[in-house]
Amino acid sequence: MDRLDELEAQSIFIFREAFARMRKPALLWSLGKDSNVMIWLARKAFFGHLPFPVMHVDTGKKFAEMYAFRDRYAREWELDLIVEPCPPLDAVDPTLPPAARSAARKTEGLKLALAKHGFDALIAGIRRDEEATRAKERVFSPRGLEGNWDVRDQPPEFWDHFNARLPAGTHLRVHPILHWTESDIWTYTRREGIPIIPLYLAKDGKRYRSLGDADITFPVPSQARTIDEIIAELDVTKTPERSGRAMDHEAEDAFERLRASGYL
Amino acid sequence: MNARVSPGLDIATSVSPRPLVRIVIVGHVDHGKSTLIGRLLAETGSLPDGKLDELKAVSARRGMPFELSFLLDALQTERDQGITIDTSQVRFRTASRDFVLIDAPGHAEFLRNMITGASQADAALLIVDAAEGVRDQTRRHGYLLHLLGVRQVVVVINKMDRVSYDDVRFRELDAEISAHLEGFGVKPAAVIPISARHGDGVVARTAAIEWYSGPTVIEALDRFAPAEPASALPLRLPVQAVYKFDDRRIIAGRIESGSLAIGDEIVVAPSGKRARVRSIEGWPVAQATTATAAASAGRSVGITIDRDLFIARGDVIAIALAGAPSARKITARIFWLDDEPLAAGTALTVRIGPAEVRGTVTAVVNSVDPGEVTPTQGAAIGQNHVGDVEIALAAPLAVDLYESNPRTGRIVLEHGGRIAGGGLVLALPVQAKRPQAAALVARAAALEQTLSGLDAAARLAAFRSEVAGRLAFTTSFGLEDQVIVHMICAAGLDIDLVTLDTGRLFPEAYTVWEETEARYGRRIRAIYPRHDALEALVEAQGINGFYGSREARAACCDVRKVEPLGRALADAAGWITGLRADQSAHRGQAGLVAADTERGLLKLSPLHDWTREAALHFADEHAVPRSALHAKGFVSIGCAPCTRAIRPGEPERAGRWWWEDESKKECGLHVRPGAAR
Repeated sequence: MDRLDELEAQSIFIFREAFARMRKPALLWSLGKDSNVMIWLARKAFFGHLPFPVMHVDTGKKFAEMYAFRDRYAREWELDLIVEPCPPLDAVDPTLPPAARSAARKTEGLKLALAKHGFDALIAGIRRDEEATRAKERVFSPRGLEGNWDVRDQPPEFWDHFNARLPAGTHLRVHPILHWTESDIWTYTRREGIPIIPLYLAKDGKRYRSLGDADITFPVPSQARTIDEIIAELDVTKTPERSGRAMDHEAEDAFERLRASGYL
Repeated sequence: MNARVSPGLDIATSVSPRPLVRIVIVGHVDHGKSTLIGRLLAETGSLPDGKLDELKAVSARRGMPFELSFLLDALQTERDQGITIDTSQVRFRTASRDFVLIDAPGHAEFLRNMITGASQADAALLIVDAAEGVRDQTRRHGYLLHLLGVRQVVVVINKMDRVSYDDVRFRELDAEISAHLEGFGVKPAAVIPISARHGDGVVARTAAIEWYSGPTVIEALDRFAPAEPASALPLRLPVQAVYKFDDRRIIAGRIESGSLAIGDEIVVAPSGKRARVRSIEGWPVAQATTATAAASAGRSVGITIDRDLFIARGDVIAIALAGAPSARKITARIFWLDDEPLAAGTALTVRIGPAEVRGTVTAVVNSVDPGEVTPTQGAAIGQNHVGDVEIALAAPLAVDLYESNPRTGRIVLEHGGRIAGGGLVLALPVQAKRPQAAALVARAAALEQTLSGLDAAARLAAFRSEVAGRLAFTTSFGLEDQVIVHMICAAGLDIDLVTLDTGRLFPEAYTVWEETEARYGRRIRAIYPRHDALEALVEAQGINGFYGSREARAACCDVRKVEPLGRALADAAGWITGLRADQSAHRGQAGLVAADTERGLLKLSPLHDWTREAALHFADEHAVPRSALHAKGFVSIGCAPCTRAIRPGEPERAGRWWWEDESKKECGLHVRPGAAR
């Protein structure tokens, strides 16, 4: 077993635990590289089937390439796709800095979608190496009545035993690829031949490392025009993955505040 | 932003698999865990560009001195209070390895977070402040590493600058912490004097510690080995779920130890049912077919088997020759995290892999606070303390001893819906009541000799006096069963009367059950199917799905009769049945006394050589209560949907599962588990 096999086996184990223990899970599809790997892993876990819906909480501001990707692969992969809109900007906490405030629309969209569908688990593709508060996450992460994350009172989680009993009205976030790195995602994408959005590949010396809303996500300088070149580039880069995501960098605690109130 | 690609970089070598080792850094609060991690990141060039400057700017803005620990303490509250609240993880690499560094909080209040972090580690660095010395959390963390199964430990004596790099002080602390760790069998691979703040001993042996000749922290890290999957141990495949998304019935789970291959004979614990592996499934199919004739530890797999056994989440698949032990009682060394102390009588949910069952603590053997220098015994296990407990389980669970299988020999305890503790299985009840098969066969033959000359009532009495331990008589209220109940009650024999209420019995069965209890003044104990298994069965095959196929019928019998019988006989030394030799060709082979080597008990059929007429005559003579069904042409009686009346001249069991092949109409109670039916 190599490292990718180990990562895959662990993720499949988590998917099967989530499906066995949760009443009504849904997989959050951001259309990015991580959630595409997640969908692939889920199909492996369930032998080609995806026994729960895939939900895209749509800010309406994604890149055109992302929508094209969504519509094509929802069909090809026979996904049970749910698309839910996000509320307008003025429904969001006005004390957040502008880009974070824009990103927080997704949190509000998530809350509305949860209430509408009654999901008790949202399967999300966050990773520990992306960002410092995500490094502190649990695999099964309980959320409060308002969808909030109480990082001061996370339950113990060890030996692949997860907490899955919830107070009424709350939900869990399940993180099947929490233990993967950005480089793992690309190496696995290459090995398995998982389709990607072309925005990740360099054009005119720039590429997107992380995809979000078109108005608050920026490309970074890069010459990587293939997945092989992305992997080689990651091996030597010292630039953080989310450097092109404006909302992370406006204030020291902007992203932490987003996450505590229910952002992914 | 200066992401770059080195020209001519060889992709194949740059992504070649380097060992990945997960290391947790533990110890008392403020002894310098986060600072050491910051130092390791800075010295190995693992920090993102600009990160140090950014943090220095933040510190300046807040008017606080810059601390390397700010790199990991990501939460505002952590930075404000200067303590790590929850585990964090960062990555770095040396020339030979990739590392995940897990920073665990040292504050006692956050011990659950330390456990969460340390449980993911292959190895540990235990940090001790040279000035403050060994403290309670140092000792507690050391002990928990041992319970969590982290065997590779290096101790670093930090803040040597605060004791003027005094080698005498270092040796004193080395002796103290080494003695503590060796007290529970952990021998540190190295004890290293360092100053994380100034860098001594981390990557270089500086002049200040020239008296020290052992490895630096980086050298010690490079000697840690990544965890290996337990491929060499016997197979344990705990079942996470059984999927029926298409025409395949796939049993899914992760192989915790050992390996399995197509064609292997497997045994399912705790039921003991057997089958062969028919396929190892995968997706995408083209990819799967290349590598799936066999699979070993660490893999998440799906298999199909050659028989339609009822298998449910929590069962454990093992190789038939080395089956998994199962137990209803375990002794475990546990750590406890809940604020309500664990005491005798505490009700819990006990989890072993995907299996979970209710349990009750029957005894707290000992209880200590591993943070104390000389631990004192307590009657209950307080929060963050450890102890040995005995737990009685509501149903048998497949479980190993920790010493024979670290993956499946550990338990997790849930209390009030939340994980509250965990520990290692130290002992299972001695299987003293399971005599060796050969001895059991010899004993059965000897008893057959003794009993064959006696009449049926005398056989029962003799069996009772010859066989020590619990005897159980299982009745389904047929004619022969009623004759035996009469004999047992008339003689007042100490034999348990038990019936399996499958939930699908005839109304007449409940009537005669009630009449029998009234007539003899004894309760007949009812055993019911496991509700979760039954719900899953009906979900899978529908309420009358057993008519669909022989396999479906066998699966129904498994859930409604065979598994409950296992519980009825769990601790019995002898089992009494109403079988008669002339009921069917198959039953003719069973003698008066048989050895059931699978269940480890002796089986007596006191009416073995009786005819149906003799039984009828006895019942008439003694006015034994009888089922109203007999008068309606029913002879052999089972569950209502699967039994019909027979015509004069038909064989006795012609009314059972009448749509099936005549030769092997058994539900599985009277054949050895695993035998074909």
